[in-house]
Amino acid sequence: MKILVCVTSVPDTTTKISFTDNNTKFNKAGVTYIAGPYDDYALSRAVELKEQFGGTVTVINVGEADTETMIRKCLAIGADDAVRVNAVPTDAYFVAEQIAAVAKEGNYDLILMGRESIDYNGGQVHGIVGEMLGIPSITPVMKLDIENGVAKMYKEIEGGKQTVEAPLPLVLGCQEPIADWKIPNMRGIMTARTKPLRVVEPAANDVLTSVDSYELPAARSSCRMIPAEEAETLIMLLKTEAKVL
Amino acid sequence: MSVLIFAEVADGAIRKSSQEALYYGAKVAEMMGTTATALAIGSANTDALAAAGRFGVTKVLHAADGALNEANSMAYASVIAAAAAHEGAKVIVTAKSTLSDGVMARLSGKMKAALGANVTDLPDLSNGFRVMSSIFTGKAFAVTELKADVKIIAIKKNAIVPVETAALATVEAFAPALNDADFSVKITGQTKASGAISLPEADLVVSAGRGFKGPENWGIVEDLANALGAATACSKPVSDLDWRPHHEHVGQTGVKVSPNLYIACGISGAIQHLAGVNSSKVIVVINKDPEAPFFKAADYGIVGDVFEILPKLTAAVKAL
Ligand SMILES: Cc1cc2nc3c(=O)[nH]c(=O)nc-3n(C[C@H](O)[C@H](O)[C@H](O)COP(=O)(O)OP(=O)(O)OC[C@H]3O[C@@H](n4cnc5c(N)ncnc54)[C@H](O)[C@@H]3O)c2cc1C
Repeated sequence: MKILVCVTSVPDTTTKISFTDNNTKFNKAGVTYIAGPYDDYALSRAVELKEQFGGTVTVINVGEADTETMIRKCLAIGADDAVRVNAVPTDAYFVAEQIAAVAKEGNYDLILMGRESIDYNGGQVHGIVGEMLGIPSITPVMKLDIENGVAKMYKEIEGGKQTVEAPLPLVLGCQEPIADWKIPNMRGIMTARTKPLRVVEPAANDVLTSVDSYELPAARSSCRMIPAEEAETLIMLLKTEAKVL
Repeated sequence: MSVLIFAEVADGAIRKSSQEALYYGAKVAEMMGTTATALAIGSANTDALAAAGRFGVTKVLHAADGALNEANSMAYASVIAAAAAHEGAKVIVTAKSTLSDGVMARLSGKMKAALGANVTDLPDLSNGFRVMSSIFTGKAFAVTELKADVKIIAIKKNAIVPVETAALATVEAFAPALNDADFSVKITGQTKASGAISLPEADLVVSAGRGFKGPENWGIVEDLANALGAATACSKPVSDLDWRPHHEHVGQTGVKVSPNLYIACGISGAIQHLAGVNSSKVIVVINKDPEAPFFKAADYGIVGDVFEILPKLTAAVKAL
């Protein structure tokens, strides 16, 4: 089985978000970048499927050279090789075009990625890649097994889940609990250093959206504390003051 | 040149979350000097579809082919693209949902459309086409220009408060040719918490964390939720421990909610939890630890034991 896992580099989930240049640029100062947590789930499942069926796991990232530490970590977790498309990931369509171009060369059975990136939360890349390759895309996938070339999955829906089946090849947007996050071990870290990481230039340059400026949410006015002995007055306040009941 | 709204159908009628999209689409149409058309896919009751007029759309296209009763993102994207061509629509509006996420991503690829996700307000058409999107899982907003000829807007819950009228829309059958290749994904089963209020659509949410110690203690959470008519939610460790089903888990890696009221009980308020809930209108925090970080993100707080406080709140709600 040949699996391509798309991984995006995003600020760590504990990052305090701020902007510079008159709110037109994200402030990268002091920010730790990680592989998107949803992508991490996708990668972990890919490594498990490789252990089960054999084959290869290739990681792809659209990003500049500074994402290579993150890519090496993906190799340490168990991917065999990696491709970095050397470009700023400007928007979902642009990223999808690069992934589709690499995917076309590789004939992958599965293209896995997170359901969305945790920076722009677009959740579009899987669908656009699926459309560009003319194969189905399914999201958000919480469980994935392969039986005789057919993927058996369940997918989250509002208030429940759906079981879904489809023949390979497929593009999937993944989320937990599709696999447990894997932590690289020493051997993984050592071998990752010499695994192939190919750098390619972007195949196309369509950008459909651009961010003009950013804003932070208005801070909440201070919290009104209600003594525990008078807890029931909360309900009255929610009705008459906050007017939400 | 109308605005097209993808109206999700459930149990034969347009879903509540899509009502906001209908009204939003009608407002955008008004701004653009045109009309709004809704597209309903799958079997639905004609009277229920005509009621879309209450939210400002003048026409509803109904794609009722039996093959479309199963929500299928490839086929749905194809039908929406056909409807957009039929109406000459360059702006497509949807409410964000687990279905529309997959459908709109495909549609963006199919139509080379600029997609604004998690949009929180009406667009700015003064110079180009700009939308405000929630990014960093609710920790910030971006003003984004949609530069392609076709634009898709996926709105977040509470992006707009619909005002209803008594108007009815005309309902027209819409039967585009379907493509076999769109039907290779099969839905083989579905489980849904019956009768429960759907979390992403809920106006009121009661959420509980590890402070409850074990699944056997959820009765008082459900009692309060039932008294309020609220949906129940939980923190990630609670669903990781299988105390509650995964679809109740809110936060960075779970469901993102923006209800009018979010009551957090026995939840510490980790940044990853806050990310999924901080666009709630009013937040109440109940925690025995006065230093719990959640209080900093709350509008109302009670320092106390959830096992004592929740039954009191339930009684107070019942006495309203
Ligand atoms: C990449 C990543 C993604 C994550 N995504 C999410 C996410 O999507 N959602 C999420 O929720 N978490 C997420 N987390 C986990 C998050 O960091 C916290 O660990 C989690 O939110 C804590 O859950 P909790 O508040 O229920 O439990 P705890 O942190 O254990 O807090 C329990 C709280 O209950 C209070 N308490 C205990 N007993 C009582 C009582 N009797 N009465 C009143 N109060 C009581 C305690 O004072 C404490 O504040 C993520 C973490 C990472 C690293």
